[in-house]
Amino acid sequence: MENFRNRVAIAGVGETEYSRASGRSETRLALDAILHALDDAGLRREDVDGLMRWSVDTSGEAEIASNLGVRDLAWFGEVNQAGNVGAALVAHAAAAIAAGLAHCIVIYRGVNGRSGRRYGRGEVTGRRGQGAAAFTEPFGLLTPQHQLAMVARRRMHEFGTTSRQFGWVAVSEREHANRNPRAMFYDTPLTIDDHQNSRFVVDPFHLYDCCLETDGGGALVLVSAERARGLRKPPALIRAAAQAGHGERGFVDTAAISLAPRLWAQAGVGPDEIDVAQIYDHFAPYVIFALEDYGFVARGEGGPFVEAGGMRWDGGVLPVNTSGGHLSEAYLQGMNQLIESVRQVRGESTSQVEDVHLSFCDTGIGTGAVILERDR
Amino acid sequence: MSARPGFPIPVPSEDSAPFWEYLRQGELRLQRCLVCATFAHPPRLMCPECGSFDREWVAVSGRGTVYSYVVTRQAIHPSFEGHTPYATVVVELAEGPHLTSNLIDVAVDDIQIGLPVEAVFVAVSDEVTLPLFRRA
Ligand SMILES: [Zn+2]
Repeated sequence: MENFRNRVAIAGVGETEYSRASGRSETRLALDAILHALDDAGLRREDVDGLMRWSVDTSGEAEIASNLGVRDLAWFGEVNQAGNVGAALVAHAAAAIAAGLAHCIVIYRGVNGRSGRRYGRGEVTGRRGQGAAAFTEPFGLLTPQHQLAMVARRRMHEFGTTSRQFGWVAVSEREHANRNPRAMFYDTPLTIDDHQNSRFVVDPFHLYDCCLETDGGGALVLVSAERARGLRKPPALIRAAAQAGHGERGFVDTAAISLAPRLWAQAGVGPDEIDVAQIYDHFAPYVIFALEDYGFVARGEGGPFVEAGGMRWDGGVLPVNTSGGHLSEAYLQGMNQLIESVRQVRGESTSQVEDVHLSFCDTGIGTGAVILERDR
Repeated sequence: MSARPGFPIPVPSEDSAPFWEYLRQGELRLQRCLVCATFAHPPRLMCPECGSFDREWVAVSGRGTVYSYVVTRQAIHPSFEGHTPYATVVVELAEGPHLTSNLIDVAVDDIQIGLPVEAVFVAVSDEVTLPLFRRA
């Protein structure tokens, strides 16, 4: 069966300012972002016939549709995990458009992640000792950070990756944020010593291994590639988009071990052909682990790769998280990185990589990824 | 009885009730498939290896080694204020399965991967006893 390769495009992107206190509701943030994205694409509110959302968010599609004035909501849905579903939503929406089930799908979110519900405290994902959490939370593993730190420790043990190498992820991303006026850490330098001297939160994670907490909104507008070519901005063609859920994997394996072979086959390209990457950096070490598990570098080589400057915009082999990522731009759980990956295809990034053909975006350490292509 | 302020008390489910009931009686038993003898932890309805619904609860030694660990040094939830630092470990039991737990007699800075440990049973309520570990 034919896949949707390059038949659907991201035609518009929009975001609000990123802050610690937005001063408005999550629905208002989502609507502001959607209006920016439609304007970016040169589309109108009445063009929208599909809405998709993160299941953990508060703004339902009916509420958004009734505010936007959507005339006939032909396609809606959510993907139910946590913050990691951005690429999965792109895959669902692309499949729907390629199948003719809808024509203009907006993927949106608005979150008061700092002034409202704070992910880092387990307020969104905590289960109070119920279900599978009965075997983790009573022992103090309360948040995703705890689980991820547990895997990181074992991975350091097996492959020799060091905290200082984690630090080079944080420092590289901060350099990018310092070139990006939208970033929450714009104009705020970070050195490797700052990272190493910062307090531990959940050891082995230092403070500067951890993502920001952010209030903000973001939106993507997807239409057919054919239609996108007639709109305001150059289309970001969806060359591949895929997701990975439960899988038989080892303790230290990220989901990229399952996803990577399918993703690269779907795209018909390999990691060597990617020009720029955005990788879900809720915690700095996971950029290294994702680089390894997607096959950009071999297991154990990710630490030395980032230490040698491999992910820096300035001279790196593969610039990663060029807007500053979740560590230094904003933590919109994949949304801001999807937006940055579109900018790289259009030539609009504040840390623009030259001559980008293929722009990679992981939105959850192997649980989902998108490969965007510049139109020829 | 030893209350653990801040730490949630596990809520047994239909699948996991026997696990907690055996612990209350001072036994660590894990779910194992009657057909192919594969352990499943956390417990579930069906054997993911062979598809059987026939399960048994097998006593395990309680001996193992620290497979990984983290030390929570900042209270990332308000209920843990005043209780940091604390360590959480994953123990690899001699029989193979992993259990998430805490060590009762090892300072957080002395924990290492590979440390030999053994289970101890600590009641936290009338209904719930936790499998914790000490240096073996
Ligand atoms: Zn079986």
